Amino acid sequence: MQDSILSRTLWLLKSADSGLWEVVGLSLRVSGTAVLISCAFGFILGGVLATTRFRGRSAIHIFLNASMSMPPVVVGLIVYMLLSRSGPLGWLGLLYTPTAMIIAQTLLITPLIAALSRQIIEDLFNEYAEQFASMRLSFFKKIRATLWDARFSLLTVALAGLGRSLSEVGAVIIVGGNIEHLTRVMTTAIALETSKGDLPMALALGAILLTIALLINTLLSMLNLSARRFAYA
Amino acid sequence: MKMNNNLTLKALAALFTIASSISAHADTLLVQSTTSTANSGLYKYLKPILKADTGIELNVVAVGTGQAIKNARNCDADILLVHSKESEEALVADGYGVKRFDLMYNDFIIVGPSNDPASVSGSSDVTASLLKIAQSQSTFASRGDDSGTHKKEIKLWDGANVDIDTASGHWYRSMGSGMGATLNAAVGMSAYALTDRATWISYNNKSDFKILVEGDNKLFNQYGVMLVNPEKCGNVNAHTGQQFIDWLRSDTGQNAIAKFSIDGQQLFFPNAN
Repeated sequence: MQDSILSRTLWLLKSADSGLWEVVGLSLRVSGTAVLISCAFGFILGGVLATTRFRGRSAIHIFLNASMSMPPVVVGLIVYMLLSRSGPLGWLGLLYTPTAMIIAQTLLITPLIAALSRQIIEDLFNEYAEQFASMRLSFFKKIRATLWDARFSLLTVALAGLGRSLSEVGAVIIVGGNIEHLTRVMTTAIALETSKGDLPMALALGAILLTIALLINTLLSMLNLSARRFAYA
Repeated sequence: MKMNNNLTLKALAALFTIASSISAHADTLLVQSTTSTANSGLYKYLKPILKADTGIELNVVAVGTGQAIKNARNCDADILLVHSKESEEALVADGYGVKRFDLMYNDFIIVGPSNDPASVSGSSDVTASLLKIAQSQSTFASRGDDSGTHKKEIKLWDGANVDIDTASGHWYRSMGSGMGATLNAAVGMSAYALTDRATWISYNNKSDFKILVEGDNKLFNQYGVMLVNPEKCGNVNAHTGQQFIDWLRSDTGQNAIAKFSIDGQQLFFPNAN
């Protein structure tokens, strides 16, 4: 079995007709886009929750924290029902497209990014409170300074979001349909090979997915390190 | 400046994503299909032949028959290709399918571990074999997912007068999974399982499992195809869809199906009239 996992991995990497890079590319495109959109929404939501006081704020905290345990399959089903031709947004014709997968993953990871960034921004904002008060900064400038100083922690939050979206299969298989050359990504390809009983192929794909995640994380933490040196040198 | 370039790139990527999804071609069909036809590689084999002959391309969503029918009922398909004649006819009666056509057949088999604790090996009497499995309380892995194979299995247990509901959780294990996952589980716990022959032949994790029961008329497995009704579902690509069905039922399509084989074994037997 170990031998065949290795040989399958090599075949996937070398053979042009394995279609590996198409699947890898779509995985990165879908999850990357979903993370960018989720960060845009999640950082703003997290920032607003961290720095303002209003009625119902703690209810939103609890709701966001709870939504981090939302099963991908449930998110997939909700998006399916919305985008289905018989659903309210069916006229858009988006079901079984990469866009549908991006929508589902965005819904899945925005709460995660909002909840984690809320905590980070709030801690930092409290830490700076006295300083801000003495400097008499405007609210906007306070938020900007806090976000900027939290940027490295927020990158980790974005990576957590990327990890969840690259690894989930439940949502994308429902709204994408695992269609060859159209909506097949790494995780749905792994599910397909498992269902064909080709376990070495499934594990080989898993090994490649893990390697890609390692590469992305290594690259970003190197960028992060050099940026920190630059910032504090 | 660098930041701006980056953002532009990302915005372009997002636009590309949206644009690429909207441009569905007039000659591309969305097929809701049972898994056996997809997992065995039938579509992969048929697609280039179909494309060369007619210019039609297929996007195949492979799920259990029950799920495929539900998706078709939600208008999320042009074509439905499954294997549960009664449910298909019910769909036509409800107006969601235009007309159901016989397409091809193969058969179901019972597979199990080679030590065969219920001693059913070599039998061609499926009712007697299921009774033996029940009486010896040998582990049986069921799809449990409302698929065509699951519906067939329930009918066969009924025919053998075995009450699987009380056995469920004991020797009868309702997996709630696709055919491949159910076979993986059966192999993992040395359980008997009912499967269609196409999935079995193309299945790669057989371990010491063998075909134990086959050849009973009750194990006949008919596949049907239909166009989703454009009167119920305005989005259905009716013209191309009908062209595809006509092609499948033509001599060219039927011959192509007959020629599809794995390791020299024919998987589907055309029988469109």
